[in-house]
Amino acid sequence: MNTQKTYAEINERIKTGKAVVLTVEELIVLVEQKGLTQAAREVDVVTTGTFSPMCSSGVFLSFGHSAPRIKMHRVWLNNIPAYTGIAAVDAYLGATEVPEDDPLNSNYPGEFRYGGGHVIQELAGRKPIRLKATAYGTDCYPRREIETMITLDDINEATLFNPRNAYQNYNCAVNLSSRTIYTYMGVLKPNLANAHYCSAGQLSPLLKDPYFNTIGVGTRIFLGGGIGYVAWHGTQHFPSVPKDETGRELGPAGGTLSLIGDLKQMDPQWLRGTSYPGYGATLTVGTGIPIPILNEEIARYAAAKDKDLYAPIVDYSEAYPNRRSDNLGYVSYAELKSGKIIVMGKEVSTAPLSSYPRARKIAEILKQWIQEGKFLIAEPVQLLPSPEDKIKARVLNG
Amino acid sequence: MAPERIVLRFSADISEKPIIYRLVKDYDLVINILKANVNPQKEGTMVLELTGAQYNQGLEYLRQEGVAVQPLIEGIARNESRCTMCGACTAICPTGALFIERQSMEVFFNEDKCIVCQLCVKACPMWAMEVQF
Ligand code: SF4
Ligand code: SF4
Repeated sequence: MNTQKTYAEINERIKTGKAVVLTVEELIVLVEQKGLTQAAREVDVVTTGTFSPMCSSGVFLSFGHSAPRIKMHRVWLNNIPAYTGIAAVDAYLGATEVPEDDPLNSNYPGEFRYGGGHVIQELAGRKPIRLKATAYGTDCYPRREIETMITLDDINEATLFNPRNAYQNYNCAVNLSSRTIYTYMGVLKPNLANAHYCSAGQLSPLLKDPYFNTIGVGTRIFLGGGIGYVAWHGTQHFPSVPKDETGRELGPAGGTLSLIGDLKQMDPQWLRGTSYPGYGATLTVGTGIPIPILNEEIARYAAAKDKDLYAPIVDYSEAYPNRRSDNLGYVSYAELKSGKIIVMGKEVSTAPLSSYPRARKIAEILKQWIQEGKFLIAEPVQLLPSPEDKIKARVLNG
Repeated sequence: MAPERIVLRFSADISEKPIIYRLVKDYDLVINILKANVNPQKEGTMVLELTGAQYNQGLEYLRQEGVAVQPLIEGIARNESRCTMCGACTAICPTGALFIERQSMEVFFNEDKCIVCQLCVKACPMWAMEVQF
């Protein structure tokens, strides 16, 4: 008989300390030992994790009012510009913003040592940050300039709001050209000398819920070491489940999430300023999502292994920059994690950009929170578009 | 004559003395300062390239002044607190000094295999690989 559990039943068990909570890795072992049906019956919640660079991240800050008041027109935090085309003392600091005097790629490949992501890490770490703002002055907000030190505790709000995180799946990047290239997939050596991938594979949240059966608006999650929520589907949310010529599913791809949470609860260990030479600065974000095992189908997807999940191999010297859709085949995460793959008949060394040990740690922390009864599973108030909605990416003409 | 690379370490009191000037003036040495970390009233370090006939006499002078002189041995160290074990350095490193332990996927650094090519220094997104003089 197929198991059916409700959110209420699972949360009741969490509150009474009776819930069975496993990480994905533990679920995989249990399914191997007892079979899927039994595992689905026994397990209440499975935890996932990922710790990857996520460029579409940033924080809304509300600084509080000075005396006299200022309506900030330009804002810098440790010399990194923030967007302040919103209310007087509110600003949004994006993870990829860099100082106005950064040499960028004029000294190729640029270093991008310090950017918005680094400021976010330091804010979360309670480090003092230099806030500078200028204004044109109004009758109600006469002040024209302020320069002061702030910390996270001094300001009113700091809401991490990431328009696109937790990419469901990602390319495996290679370089077919004869020169080294510097990309957001890291340094790619010429002539197919290395292959970089960026996913925790079997631990990665959206690879475990391909049809968005449980992850939706309002899902409570681990975000940056604190508790956050799924706010919406992420930008560029084009979920699909690619198949090979024989019709076999290659694992899902294309889904994304928009995440929100209170930076004041977060931990700089799980929000790390990151630099990609020749590309830019960004933020590595720790995210973990619980999957309630409501039925066997959900358990089956949650138990998908590295060998069932595939990434397309894409050339970042020609195909990617020119938006050509061709790829060089698919490779499983089990193969990627072995350290060597075969591309165009050649053996190529692989390396991840997403930390699997940290992803595992996040899944363990989230499991512990749930076991301690302090983290309940939120039923989505609205489900997200799924592969069945067949949303397609638009092309920007110009 | 090929320049020699040396590391100088000097105590706070010496940092006020014009020792570099003396090396040039009295010993006729050509000096290229590769790295300097000198603050008044603090212990300082300097990495120099020195060329000249009176090279040994110059070093003797430095030692007499109480400066610790060592040949430059560059090394690479991993700053463990910065490293997130992402693995991004492991296919860049040409010697396998940086490698992934396959079951745990943890990243290890085997100093003995490192040839100090420094490729990892720029490739590490966390600036965890540090050059040491
Ligand atoms: S690239 Fe840097 S952070 Fe990543 S594993 Fe290597 S040393 Fe650690
Ligand atoms: S300096 Fe070169 S050999 Fe040493 S760890 Fe870095 S990349 Fe590897």
